[in-house]
Amino acid sequence: MFHREAGVFKTTYAADMALYPLPIAKWTIAVLALIFIVILPLTLHDYYLSILNLIFIAVVGALGLNILVGYTGQISLGHGAFMSVGAYAAANLAVKLDLPFWLTLPAGGLMAAAIGALVGVPSLRIKGLYLAIATLAGQLIIEWTINHVPAISGGAQASIEVPRPDLFGFVLNTQGRLYYFLLFFAVLAIVATLNLMRSRIGRAFIAVRDQDIAAEIIGIDIFRYKLLSFAISSFYAGVCGVLYTYYFGIANYEQFQLGVSIDFLAMIIIGGLGSVLGSVFGAIFVTLLPIVIRTLMEQVGSFFFTDSELASVVSGTRLAVFGGLIIFFLVIEPEGLNRLWRNVRSYFRVWPFSY
Amino acid sequence: MMRYKKSVLGLAVATGSLAIASGAFAQGKELVFGLQCDRTGPTATVGQVLCPGYHDYIALVNSKGGIEGFKIKVVEVDNEYKVPPAIEAHERFKKEGAVLEGLYGTPQTAALNKKLEEDKILGTSPGFGTAAAADGKKFPYTFPIAASYWSQAGAAVEFAKEKMGGLKGKKIAFVFYDNPAGKEPLPILEDLAKAEGFDLRTFAVPAPGVEMGSQVTDIVQRYKPDFVITHLFGRAPSVSIKELKGKGYPLSKVVAFVWGSAEADIVAAGGMGVAEGYNTIQFAGVGKDFQVIKDIEAMYKAGGKSAPKEMDSTVYYNRGVFIAALHAEAARNAIKAKGGAAPTPEDVKKGMEQVKNFTLGGLVPPMELTQADHEGGGWCEIWTVKGGKLMQTKKWFQGYRSVIQRHLAAEANKS
Repeated sequence: MFHREAGVFKTTYAADMALYPLPIAKWTIAVLALIFIVILPLTLHDYYLSILNLIFIAVVGALGLNILVGYTGQISLGHGAFMSVGAYAAANLAVKLDLPFWLTLPAGGLMAAAIGALVGVPSLRIKGLYLAIATLAGQLIIEWTINHVPAISGGAQASIEVPRPDLFGFVLNTQGRLYYFLLFFAVLAIVATLNLMRSRIGRAFIAVRDQDIAAEIIGIDIFRYKLLSFAISSFYAGVCGVLYTYYFGIANYEQFQLGVSIDFLAMIIIGGLGSVLGSVFGAIFVTLLPIVIRTLMEQVGSFFFTDSELASVVSGTRLAVFGGLIIFFLVIEPEGLNRLWRNVRSYFRVWPFSY
Repeated sequence: MMRYKKSVLGLAVATGSLAIASGAFAQGKELVFGLQCDRTGPTATVGQVLCPGYHDYIALVNSKGGIEGFKIKVVEVDNEYKVPPAIEAHERFKKEGAVLEGLYGTPQTAALNKKLEEDKILGTSPGFGTAAAADGKKFPYTFPIAASYWSQAGAAVEFAKEKMGGLKGKKIAFVFYDNPAGKEPLPILEDLAKAEGFDLRTFAVPAPGVEMGSQVTDIVQRYKPDFVITHLFGRAPSVSIKELKGKGYPLSKVVAFVWGSAEADIVAAGGMGVAEGYNTIQFAGVGKDFQVIKDIEAMYKAGGKSAPKEMDSTVYYNRGVFIAALHAEAARNAIKAKGGAAPTPEDVKKGMEQVKNFTLGGLVPPMELTQADHEGGGWCEIWTVKGGKLMQTKKWFQGYRSVIQRHLAAEANKS
């Protein structure tokens, strides 16, 4: 809202295509960096850091799904399963071969990318709801496979404990240390996606989304780019799964069932399809809002109910309020929170002289 | 000299006021218990009854002056059977200074095992998590405090043996939910089949377990077992009762594990009358015939309210009371060990490991928790549907304890 384009003249293509076209945007980033790197971790209690940590992991997963659904226009109900692929690949490598996280993390991502591309094959022939069902099958097949193949799942419990990640002998075992670990990957994912979408690949994705026949005519290999989109999206999902695994200290496929796929779809739809900032907003909204609603209701409700009654009242009404808020935000802006934010910004861009 | 005296006096006054201050602080003595619940997720039918049971017992303890003078404050978080909210709940309990927490859900327990150990807060997981968590050395801060699926398998086979008067040459069908928790009892059953010489065949029911016509037909008409053990969750138990009954299998030859054994499951299958003879395994006492349940009813009456309807669903309600009672007992042991001072989570963990001879009139089994055994011995009871309600058929017992212990030892040596 303090962004003013006045007096900023771009004289090169590079300047025009910069991620932060205005000088003040760089300052904004610097301030955000200061807040997230120094101020928040030093001032916040572990509890709040743990919520931020969950948001960071969700951001990575939501960005991945948004690349596929928002940017390429393919739908997937298998995001949770791709996370579990990454999680188990990394957990097996970490336990059986004793590899450090900076190897297991990309390996988990690549494994998920390979499986994701495979599950994405039907997207070449079918679209929309049909594709949703095909990817749903992918989700169920992956769940079943992990459940029934001990070589992957590590036994009847289908869970593999992993050691805490360590970096140069520095074990990341507290919320504060994990905060920096996860923040790094969340920022990496955001910057990577921003850049991906400015590249040839990203523009090809958008062309496929908007009209795939037209895209094919102008020379975009649909086969390649659809599968690439599935692979990249699943790579993010795999990394997200690995982050969950290291954060929880265990890989367990029950943590990545169909409900998770749907939660992530909800995140990107609420946040805004086809936008990086929207993925971040969505991840924050879905993770944080239930907690905020509960905290508020507990504060207010404690005047009216006993502790025991309050617990049953809060958990029921909380879901209703959460659902109501989702509907409210989607009704006032169907394109999601990102669009809402842009509307606010463009209003203040010319404020107070709106004509 | 004068100055010296003054400073001594000052010091004395300072210490005195400090002592008074800390004494005043101790007046409002309070302990915080964390409790995770599922009131809105896929297992809400359990949580909506179990958690009020927990709260009611704590309210009863508080109405009687608390535990050794400490009032209990329960911080409840509904984790909706999802993992991230369970992590958030744990951190919240830590922030509120909880001395222990009650976990809810198998994946949630798996995700928190490590955190509990790092943060040195004990978590109880009755009916959840892995059977291996009974080993206190391997999982120092996870307390199943109730019969694991392994112990339930032992109890089921022992009950079948008693019912049939021997197992040699008999056929037993095991119907299980096709997930890790469902598959967990398999090694025990396979072991017992070999040792006792009975034939075991397993029938997997895929999630969500509301369709099992083909499995039950297979069991009743082709395999024709002498006994059926079911291990199902959610809506699946009631479907299994309906299907077995419908295909003409006598329910008196069926025994269900602990998550298929509540009044709600039986009622959903068509009512108590339909399920006559259905056997259930329980890890907490059933029914209202306990002093503590009467005390809770009296507490409501004294407050001018009628007893809540959750109390009628005695299986889950009593499990809530059971968990709360063990939490309170652990805290009591810890406070006593500290001579009345506020215990740390570490003290409460030690207190939990001293729980013994605490049966609450039979609602809690004669369990003994030790540093090595966090399951307390794997005690079960069998309750059977008779004349429209659940009746006790077999008092607290440990089925094939030596076999279970051998498996636990093998698990401990594995890594």
